[in-house]
Amino acid sequence: MGKAINIAIIDYRMSNIFSIKNALDTLGYNSQVTSNSKEILAADGAVLPGVGSFPEAMKHLYQLNLIQPIKEFIASGKPFMGICLGLQLLFSKSTEFTDCEGLNIINGKVENLSKYIPNVTVPHVGWNTIIKNETTSFSNIKSSIMSRSFEKDHYYFVHSYIVEPDDINHIFTKTRYSGFDFCSSVLVDNVFACQFHPEKSGPKGLMFLNKFFR
Amino acid sequence: MHLEGLRVLGKPEQFARYYYEQGADELIYQDVVASLYGRNSLHEIISKTAKEIFIPLTVGGGIRTLDDISSVLRSGADKVSINTVAHENPDLITKASRMFGISTIVVSIEAIKQPNGSFIAFTDNGRNRTDKEVVSWAKEVEQLGAGEIMLTSVDQEGSGKGMDANLILQVCDAVTIPVVAHGGIGNPKHVLEIASRLPVSGLAISSMLHYHTITISKNLDSFEEEGNIEFLKSNRILSSIEASTINDVKKLLKDNMINCT
Repeated sequence: MGKAINIAIIDYRMSNIFSIKNALDTLGYNSQVTSNSKEILAADGAVLPGVGSFPEAMKHLYQLNLIQPIKEFIASGKPFMGICLGLQLLFSKSTEFTDCEGLNIINGKVENLSKYIPNVTVPHVGWNTIIKNETTSFSNIKSSIMSRSFEKDHYYFVHSYIVEPDDINHIFTKTRYSGFDFCSSVLVDNVFACQFHPEKSGPKGLMFLNKFFR
Repeated sequence: MHLEGLRVLGKPEQFARYYYEQGADELIYQDVVASLYGRNSLHEIISKTAKEIFIPLTVGGGIRTLDDISSVLRSGADKVSINTVAHENPDLITKASRMFGISTIVVSIEAIKQPNGSFIAFTDNGRNRTDKEVVSWAKEVEQLGAGEIMLTSVDQEGSGKGMDANLILQVCDAVTIPVVAHGGIGNPKHVLEIASRLPVSGLAISSMLHYHTITISKNLDSFEEEGNIEFLKSNRILSSIEASTINDVKKLLKDNMINCT
């Protein structure tokens, strides 16, 4: 298999980095939890994990001088995965607690689910399916690998906010919650980012990780 | 039994592994004797568990500060549940949900039914009474920023006699955050009864699954250092609890068209 692939898990001091590391270890990757920009840039792939609030996360990324290295890594074309808050941080701005600017890699915004669905249970916690965005034909080579056979599988979600890309062609999958379809993952060039937690979605989730990085 | 008379059943990480393989959707560790164990041993159990199971893990028991929350999350927990400190220092709910995200903070409510039919919130495994009525306390913790409520009926817990539907309905109606209900499930039909008619987000099951797990566990000797294992050796379970597996539960739900993973 030749899986000597090095993956940097970007540590900004507030995420559950342990579970993503365990998942990558189990899959046989060589992963490293790091806040060091040189180590991040030297890796073959990177993960921006996510638990926490958007403004806090941006503050930590700023204090740890990680904003430029993340942008540089993404510009290098190597596979980059954002998970949950790590998806949201890639967007232009969020309204969590106060208006806050994000990494601005994907144009769009992050808003509370309740803005789209009145009287809905927030946070959205639990297992839900993902549906491929059929209106877009992805030329991305990762697209066909990743979309194979995930329909009807359940993935674990835990979030209060959702992303809304300006360009609907960036939407890779949608998920239905209380009758509303929201963007549950994006695929933009070498960046895949998802609202659900592949590292917490059992064997199917692990397969998802593997399909992106292999 | 009613959160008292706790018995040693086995090593948590082994149970966790087994339930993961069985298709559990989430695991909850409630360290009921947090003050008796060292913090470090809890962290070790969380780390060991998180290494081999890839489903969400909620950890509660003895969590008092933002630092406690941070270290439990860094050990591998996905969510933390708090009870005592939420009553003593409600402000912590707000601070914690701001720092770690609203979805990370679960408030555990231990409800005991009063003679007048209302429910009062308790702490410390139903030992200490608070002055909070459960439904209004549930609304209050939602306002403060809790992302989820873990609702235990202390009266039903460990009894195997079914859940308190009235309690669950009252709390679900009062809040818009997810409610995970716990306490009283003694057979898969009890799960169906609640899941088919109440807007509850999740049901937590312990004894019914654990009792099945110990019947297949042959390696009791390794538990001796953990405490009193007479109950394990006696190989008997409460007659009101029908030892069952996660698959038994899921099959019954699917047969009755209840959506589950």
